[in-house]
Amino acid sequence: MPKDSGIGASPKRREDVRFLTGTGNYTDDINLNGQAYVHFLRSDVAHGRLVSVDTSDAAAMPGVVRIFTGADFEGVGGLPCGWQVTDRFGEVMQEPAHPVLAQGKVRHVGDPIAAVVADTPEQARDAAEAIAVEMEELPAVINMKEAVKDGATKVHDDLTSNLCYDWGFVEENREAVDKAIQDAAHVTTLELVNNRLVANPMEPRVAVGDFNRATGESTLYTTSQNPHVIRLLMGAFVLGIPEHKLRVVAPDVGGGFGSKIFHYAEEAFCTFAAKALNRAVKWTSSRSEAFMSDAHGRDHVTKIELALDADNNFTALRTETYANMGAYLSTFAPSVPTWLHGTLMAGNYKTPLIYVNVKAVFTNTVAVDAYRGAGRPEATYQLERVIDKAARELGVDPIALRRQNFITEFPYATPVAVEYDTGDYVATMDKLEEIADLSGFAARRAASEAKGKLRGLGVNCYIEACGIAPSNLVGQLGARAGLYESATVRVNATGGIVVMTGSHSHGQGHETSFPQVIADMIGIPEDMVEIEHGDTANTPMGMGTYGSRSLAVGGSAMVRATEKIIAKAKKIAAHILEASDADIELKDGQFTVAGTDKSLAWGDVTLAAYVPHNYPLEDIEPGLEETAFYDPANFTYPSGAYACEVEVDPDTGKVTIESFAAADDFGNIVNPMIVDGQVHGGIGQGIGQALLEGCVYDEDGQLLSASFMDYAMPRADDLPFYKVDHSCQTPCTHNPLGVKGCGEAGAIGTPPAVVNAVVDALQSAGKDVTHIDMPLSPARVWAAMNG
Amino acid sequence: MYEFEFEKPSTIADAVKALGEEDAQALGGGQTLIPTLKQRLAMPSTLVSLSGIAEMRGVCPDGDAIAIGGATTHAEVEAATADSYPALSALAGQIGDPAVRNRGTIGGSLANNDPSACYPAAALASGATIVTNAREIAADDYFQGLFTTALDEGEIITNVRMPVPQAAHYEKFVQPASRFALVGVFVARFADGVRVAVTGASEEGVFRWSEAEAALAGNFDPAAIDGLSVDAEGMIGDLHGTKAYRAHLVGVITKRAVAAAA
Ligand SMILES: Cc1cc2nc3c(=O)[nH]c(=O)nc-3n(C[C@H](O)[C@H](O)[C@H](O)COP(=O)(O)OP(=O)(O)OC[C@H]3O[C@@H](n4cnc5c(N)ncnc54)[C@H](O)[C@@H]3O)c2cc1C
Repeated sequence: MPKDSGIGASPKRREDVRFLTGTGNYTDDINLNGQAYVHFLRSDVAHGRLVSVDTSDAAAMPGVVRIFTGADFEGVGGLPCGWQVTDRFGEVMQEPAHPVLAQGKVRHVGDPIAAVVADTPEQARDAAEAIAVEMEELPAVINMKEAVKDGATKVHDDLTSNLCYDWGFVEENREAVDKAIQDAAHVTTLELVNNRLVANPMEPRVAVGDFNRATGESTLYTTSQNPHVIRLLMGAFVLGIPEHKLRVVAPDVGGGFGSKIFHYAEEAFCTFAAKALNRAVKWTSSRSEAFMSDAHGRDHVTKIELALDADNNFTALRTETYANMGAYLSTFAPSVPTWLHGTLMAGNYKTPLIYVNVKAVFTNTVAVDAYRGAGRPEATYQLERVIDKAARELGVDPIALRRQNFITEFPYATPVAVEYDTGDYVATMDKLEEIADLSGFAARRAASEAKGKLRGLGVNCYIEACGIAPSNLVGQLGARAGLYESATVRVNATGGIVVMTGSHSHGQGHETSFPQVIADMIGIPEDMVEIEHGDTANTPMGMGTYGSRSLAVGGSAMVRATEKIIAKAKKIAAHILEASDADIELKDGQFTVAGTDKSLAWGDVTLAAYVPHNYPLEDIEPGLEETAFYDPANFTYPSGAYACEVEVDPDTGKVTIESFAAADDFGNIVNPMIVDGQVHGGIGQGIGQALLEGCVYDEDGQLLSASFMDYAMPRADDLPFYKVDHSCQTPCTHNPLGVKGCGEAGAIGTPPAVVNAVVDALQSAGKDVTHIDMPLSPARVWAAMNG
Repeated sequence: MYEFEFEKPSTIADAVKALGEEDAQALGGGQTLIPTLKQRLAMPSTLVSLSGIAEMRGVCPDGDAIAIGGATTHAEVEAATADSYPALSALAGQIGDPAVRNRGTIGGSLANNDPSACYPAAALASGATIVTNAREIAADDYFQGLFTTALDEGEIITNVRMPVPQAAHYEKFVQPASRFALVGVFVARFADGVRVAVTGASEEGVFRWSEAEAALAGNFDPAAIDGLSVDAEGMIGDLHGTKAYRAHLVGVITKRAVAAAA
């Protein structure tokens, strides 16, 4: 029976009322008295030495308030990197400076050279065109393998090379892995590219800086997934503003997908300029700017080798990956190809020996950082593609090969340093076979063939590490931050509740699902609970939303705070009911004394907390407000199995997705409808990566896919109706809700399913095609089919 | 955008006069021009909107042809030609999205002559006459390469006269991002022959595939195309497809167009 309220129910998303009726409050909706506007003059070359930047003509243009260049930021900190990776030789990564405005050199198309602040956006733009930049163009470093060769042009002159780090994981396994591969009965090798993507949230980035001369307080309104992190990074490392003089507000945010985690130059600029000018300064990114200034995602070039014994058991796995960092280290960039990727290489399988090598490389391209899934899609894609290829080489059923190698006992310690607490990969695969009607595939293939189309089936599994992350562990791994989450539960006198959470919702539906949890714990209607987030002035220090962590970590903090509330409320109730605390039960919003008919309503107790006339003042304080910080004991490990069926038009190479099924294990589910939506969106982005999206630079470092004219976003008619199931539930063992996270699964599990399906379709027609790099555009598929 | 003056005349004569000003430019639906202005790639002194000129809007029969006002939107063409010229109606209905179709105009599309645009294929395959404020230009003389036409400075397309074929079809294979034509082929069979116009493919813009026309004149059947091919040299090669791929698609899409028209 579907529930109609509380955990497990699917109330409609209450935030959608404002999102869908144009009454949201996005950063661009914020306009401050007297605000000025900034326009960034951005480099149109990929790599060049700045000989001179002459702003004198521009400064005299109408409306110009002031023009800033790199020189104005000498002595100001650069944008910090939040993760330090140690390489396989024990050395820390090379970490270049990242000035707010270019100093000395520009390093990618879009690198900001100057910032014009003017009374109107048009005046700022006019003046920017009048800035005379003299530039000595340098050769662009684009190809990663060329970039790390001796004598290559350096992106950063003061580094020894373009290699950020050469990471080995687990380095101690290296020789054993090499030997196992040498001795294997069969080795399958695959070289592939994980295509560079642009997140393209519907809302481009915006920043509004403000300064109050009377209090000395700076405020930044920004499109961020984690305002506290921005406050910490920008305040401490860039501008030197202590937290109590810096407020960061991320109001309604129209999608992030990772790209709004990071601290960007434009945020620091607006905050800095507002103080320098004593005037609010606003920047609104155009879509064109977003393409060349938002952090991109993925961009790995990988060689993977899977070794099997004579019985087709996986014996070893070895990978070598070149990971593009772009021109600068974005906030969490170094962690993505390492700890968010290497630790997932075991996948759902009991491969005993694994070695992952990652070379992170600087190039003259936009910085690359986390994008939905971050590292885990890259891991899953390689692994699930190489397994598929192995199955074909060995002539065995790809599903059977997976099943044979599944991890079946939990907890399971992988050879890549993580411990899966729970999972049931057999159950999700069984469920997938059922919902995808895999037994009916042969008939569907025959029907497609009768129409002249090639039909293919692709199946794969995935595992992800979510609910990031145990702070002590990530500290050892190089994180320069903790990854707990916080919540303050404020109960008002008449019983309504406001929860201030450090999680940030930018589309996830927290305002709906979080109240379900609290309402369930207390037994009151959900509409008595309101969620507040996104403002450092009224929420406790929190780490924000990414890595499918909000419910698992932020929700757990909320549960802990609510437990404290309930414990205190029971004390109050016990006092009024003249019973002992231990005898008080809370159910359906009523406090009762066990074994009696004495009871008190939730609202009576909350009122007593604020009107403490009959109150145990000698034991407890008045009021009912509690804060909890929750630091997870482990990651959570959502997993699942996906199936994709495609038709390929053999004449044009055009791929259409005919069906897509996802069987996920997210542990316990709070709001099944929201989970469906998260999976749908993730699959949409996964299909986007697999078939459509590709961010391409030419050899001069010009961005060829610089607009929606050339960068193909998935549209509704590119996508099928999905079959989504999350009835397989092995609850997480270490958080109070037993939840695992569902936000990234679709983007992680989908690309290999699509590519496996297309390869299957082509092979069904006798084509000798073992791999095609994404995106599988008609042109690429046709080229693969035609040698 | 840079600043510009705006005029919205109600007669062709007034529009021509307004366009006589230095750096004045005609504004159709703005679906190409406005994005260009927003990127500051054009700097007209005055925009002269053609949308208020009643005599330039609408579709009416004209003997064996139909006459389409130069400021008629794609959506209006789609609705008005559903019975009289279904292939054209279908073409108009596949341009962009509803917002684009409710603004963009046939005159703007033909004046712009984007190498991947749809209307040029229809005009060329139909043997249209492009009627301007000054003269009549046969489609065969009108298209002169990428974004280049026979129009003079300030000349306005007031009307497009399209002979209606006995059978016709526009087959569009879309570029995945823009959804303009990666290759689009319009075939039109008339009593006296077949015309095949290809858009999206060539570096020279829309062109007539004369070998295909000759083959189809004798046998209006997809099989007539077998063995024919266009030279990959001269085709567009870009992110979305190589020259060879486009040359291949010209054959495939032409066959499909014929199959659908026949
Ligand atoms: C998202 C999107 C998708 C699109 N998809 C397609 C597609 O699939 N296929 C396709 O063919 N097109 C497509 N287009 C282009 C669209 O059809 C445009 O409407 C068309 O190309 C230009 O017409 P317009 O009326 O908007 O002209 P405008 O943008 O106003 O003007 C374009 C040019 O023509 C000139 N001009 C305008 N009208 C006249 C006239 N009557 N006489 C002389 N000169 C004139 C202008 O001065 C300007 O130089 C798309 C556009 C967008 C924005």
